[in-house]
Amino acid sequence: MATANVPPLEDELATDPMGDVQTSGLRRFWRRFSRHKLALIGLGILVFLLLVAIFAPLLTPYSPTTPNLTQVLLPPSAAHPLGTDELGRDVLARLMYGGRISFLVGFLSMVIATSIGVVYGATAGYLGGIWDRIMMRFVDLVMSFPAIFLLLIVLNLTGSNASVGLMILYLGLFGWTGLSRIVRSQVLSLKTNEYVEAARAQGASTRRILFKHVLPGAMAPVWVSAAFGVAGAMLAEASLDFLGFGLQPQIPSWGNMLDSAESYIVTHPLLILAPGIVITIAVVAINFVGDALRDALDPRSTAGMQRIG
Amino acid sequence: MAKYALQRFLEAIPLLFLVTIVTYFIMNLTPGGPLAVYLHNPHVTQSQIAVLAKQLGLDQPWYVRYFKWLWSLLHGNWGYSYFSGQPVIQLIGQRLPNTLILMGSAFLVSLSLGIPLGIYSATHQYSLFDYMFSFGSFFAWAMPSFFFGLLLQMIFAVKLGWLPVAGMYSAFYPPSFLELIRHLILPTMVLGLGSLAGWSRFMRSGLLEVVRQDYIRTAKAKGLKERRVILKHALKNALLPIVTIIGMDLPAFFGGAVITEEIFAWPGMGRLFLTSLNDRDYPIQMAALLISAALLILGNLLADLAYGFLDPRIQYN
Repeated sequence: MATANVPPLEDELATDPMGDVQTSGLRRFWRRFSRHKLALIGLGILVFLLLVAIFAPLLTPYSPTTPNLTQVLLPPSAAHPLGTDELGRDVLARLMYGGRISFLVGFLSMVIATSIGVVYGATAGYLGGIWDRIMMRFVDLVMSFPAIFLLLIVLNLTGSNASVGLMILYLGLFGWTGLSRIVRSQVLSLKTNEYVEAARAQGASTRRILFKHVLPGAMAPVWVSAAFGVAGAMLAEASLDFLGFGLQPQIPSWGNMLDSAESYIVTHPLLILAPGIVITIAVVAINFVGDALRDALDPRSTAGMQRIG
Repeated sequence: MAKYALQRFLEAIPLLFLVTIVTYFIMNLTPGGPLAVYLHNPHVTQSQIAVLAKQLGLDQPWYVRYFKWLWSLLHGNWGYSYFSGQPVIQLIGQRLPNTLILMGSAFLVSLSLGIPLGIYSATHQYSLFDYMFSFGSFFAWAMPSFFFGLLLQMIFAVKLGWLPVAGMYSAFYPPSFLELIRHLILPTMVLGLGSLAGWSRFMRSGLLEVVRQDYIRTAKAKGLKERRVILKHALKNALLPIVTIIGMDLPAFFGGAVITEEIFAWPGMGRLFLTSLNDRDYPIQMAALLISAALLILGNLLADLAYGFLDPRIQYN
């Protein structure tokens, strides 16, 4: 999606006091990245949410799963800052532990989707010819189905509700197609370079040429797509939870919290507001970071977060 | 252009054919197959099941069954719902128009608000409006659509009582166009919000890119009014990438329709599909998967044609 409001960068050399051609790639990356104030804020929010999720057992005395039927639907108080839910569980504790699920699902399914997308796209682009055509037709075919229909059908086929591992696997298996197209076109244009020709002349193996010489040059859009991929997968997981075909109901995920709170929309709106606001903030924060990453690594691209619904 | 359109259309046909194979394959993964209901019935013996399988043609190889299925599909026989016994095509016929009304309405609203918003934001770059718009669109794009839907329900239907909570027509008033519109407002906002945010932001950045080009400077140097330069010269080029983005967002539109219909109890295909998942009503699942894929292919085809129409440089080879 479109970039945030950041003034166009002055000439690279002009902002560098030394006009130093040796400025490392990493430093140049950081300079471009850190111009985005919102990305720095987003990074800060993400670190905070991650730390809270990781250290949840130290931060709250309550269990996110054990019901306490004597303390049902309590309003916010000193003991329960966000109140309790319909089974008497502390809402704040569930939010903290829920972050573990959401970030885990978002991150690992992105890793799966990105790995498949890179290897598949690079192979198609590098082989070219008939293999390329067959492989990309397959991508077209997968992309002809709206992702949510396929996800719902496979989730339903393998039992009514998924474990965290299965959810990660499914989101990964259905999330790689867009990236594979991008990587393929990168590899197609990179493989004609002379240094690739030189490597081949020296007798390097296909795999070595692909992974050592071609792919490193094609990685910029991959990092950008990976950042947005985490956010997209987190949203997708929450949506599937909400539709009732996601994670098992006893798993304290943000999507499950919203799903079970739907019945209390009139009487206890906080049960909906708390997880809804936290998901939105987490996804916005990742999008801020993704936008800055794109600007720093791959400014001409139009990559953005993909939503399944 | 006509040749390009024909080529793209002919390309879509094998894809559609493959879609039917995949759909058939997925639905054959279902545990137990169509006779699963009888497997645990003590009154039905193994040999009776075998007879039934033979009668229904289930003993034939999968490709024979596939082509028979495809043949009857093309002749309008889409099977019968396991749950209600109604013909699938009749159920789809009842629900699909409602989904298309919802999607069409959200599409029109997103497009007719998103493009002017993006233009205004671009022509007033770095203004207060521009900053607020950019910031707001980040949140709109990131918010889960079901959360936004629940918020709208809470505020406009429950607290303020301005609009109906759910459904397509009221139980108390006779169905009328006005009633439909009243019920359509909240679902349209939910389904349209994401694309509104995405498209308007894209419009903004696309226009900002175009106005930096030389031909725009020339137009301004000729003394043309700013308004004319933007609307007449810049807009057409800036609209091009939008068409691509709209094509890319179509799958999210289908997913959004499923979620929106679930929140607002909208009697469309998305809800029919969700119910069929719970009922293990495979003929309906199959039809929903097939129709959504066919509509998506059609949508992408239209986006490609629109692109070809807007950009005369496109040549098909």
